[in-house]
Amino acid sequence: MDSSQAVFNGLKKAGIDFVVSVPCVNLGKIMELVDCDPDMTHVPVTREEEGFGIAAGAYMGGKKPAILMQNSGLGNSVNVLASLFKLYQFPILMIISHRGTDGEFMGAQIPMGEATTGILDTLEIAYINPKTPEEALKLIPESWLLADLGGSPLGILLEISFW
Amino acid sequence: MERIKALEQITKQLEDELVICNIGFPSRELYHVKDSSKHFYMLGSMGMASSIGLGLALAQKRKVIVFDGDGSLLMNLGSLVTIYNQSPENLVLVALDNECYGSTGNQCTYSSSTDLKMVAEGVGFKNTALYQESLEEIDFTPVLRMEGPIFVHVKVKAGNASVPVIPMEPEEIKERFMGEVQGN
Repeated sequence: MDSSQAVFNGLKKAGIDFVVSVPCVNLGKIMELVDCDPDMTHVPVTREEEGFGIAAGAYMGGKKPAILMQNSGLGNSVNVLASLFKLYQFPILMIISHRGTDGEFMGAQIPMGEATTGILDTLEIAYINPKTPEEALKLIPESWLLADLGGSPLGILLEISFW
Repeated sequence: MERIKALEQITKQLEDELVICNIGFPSRELYHVKDSSKHFYMLGSMGMASSIGLGLALAQKRKVIVFDGDGSLLMNLGSLVTIYNQSPENLVLVALDNECYGSTGNQCTYSSSTDLKMVAEGVGFKNTALYQESLEEIDFTPVLRMEGPIFVHVKVKAGNASVPVIPMEPEEIKERFMGEVQGN
């Protein structure tokens, strides 16, 4: 199974109908699939932090939100995750292209790549690392249930080897 | 006009509209002049008011009024670009501009020299409105008749009203508001 198609199918199975995004080279195909789906609203944003704000508003309007972003975007979003999502208990699925992991060709990605799980741990945000498309397809819908039930963001970290 | 008076006068003219209110004294002042299940009060995440309002406006049909501030708008200027390009007809973004960071001790922002309404117009906003600080009354009717997205620039005096913190838990604010929005 194609890795991008598996993530998209997982989002559909989870009932995600509102997606905000900042591109990563690894997320391009998922963004195209979201764009082509008439039942999904796709809002490209200027910065990930803004995307989280939009997603919180959409959730209060009855939508099930997800964000597509690179792990660098997690650094841009620490305060909104703590003082909006954790404070008010908003759920969201974070589909994160985890750069700076095994196979990274760009040295500049490594510091943020190494900091990523530590930031999530500090924020007490749970995350999973699907290794194969099959795992992603199975775990993404379950992750949304957990996020919604717990009123918390949940990270789906997709390392370079996943793609 | 003081910000609390602007909040009171605008809110009095609202009916079914949903309100997202900025962090700090603006939310405290709004809660003090009028509390409602139609209000979502921000207690954190400075800068996010316009974004929360955009998401809410895109997700459902009711009109959304955002009370933002100059400092918080400047912290998330990209939001104006996203709002204009998404172009929700049911979104009114009100910038209560006192030219300072009122909740942290009135340090100056750049909005005394950078005109926020001109910024919005430069981004592309077709419908904008301006209420000068010297006004005694705000007639909000023309704004409520315009098609969104609308940028409303309300110049207000610096300073905060002496009002207590909101005696509600964050989750309580959210649940009450979602009940109102989703009709539960």
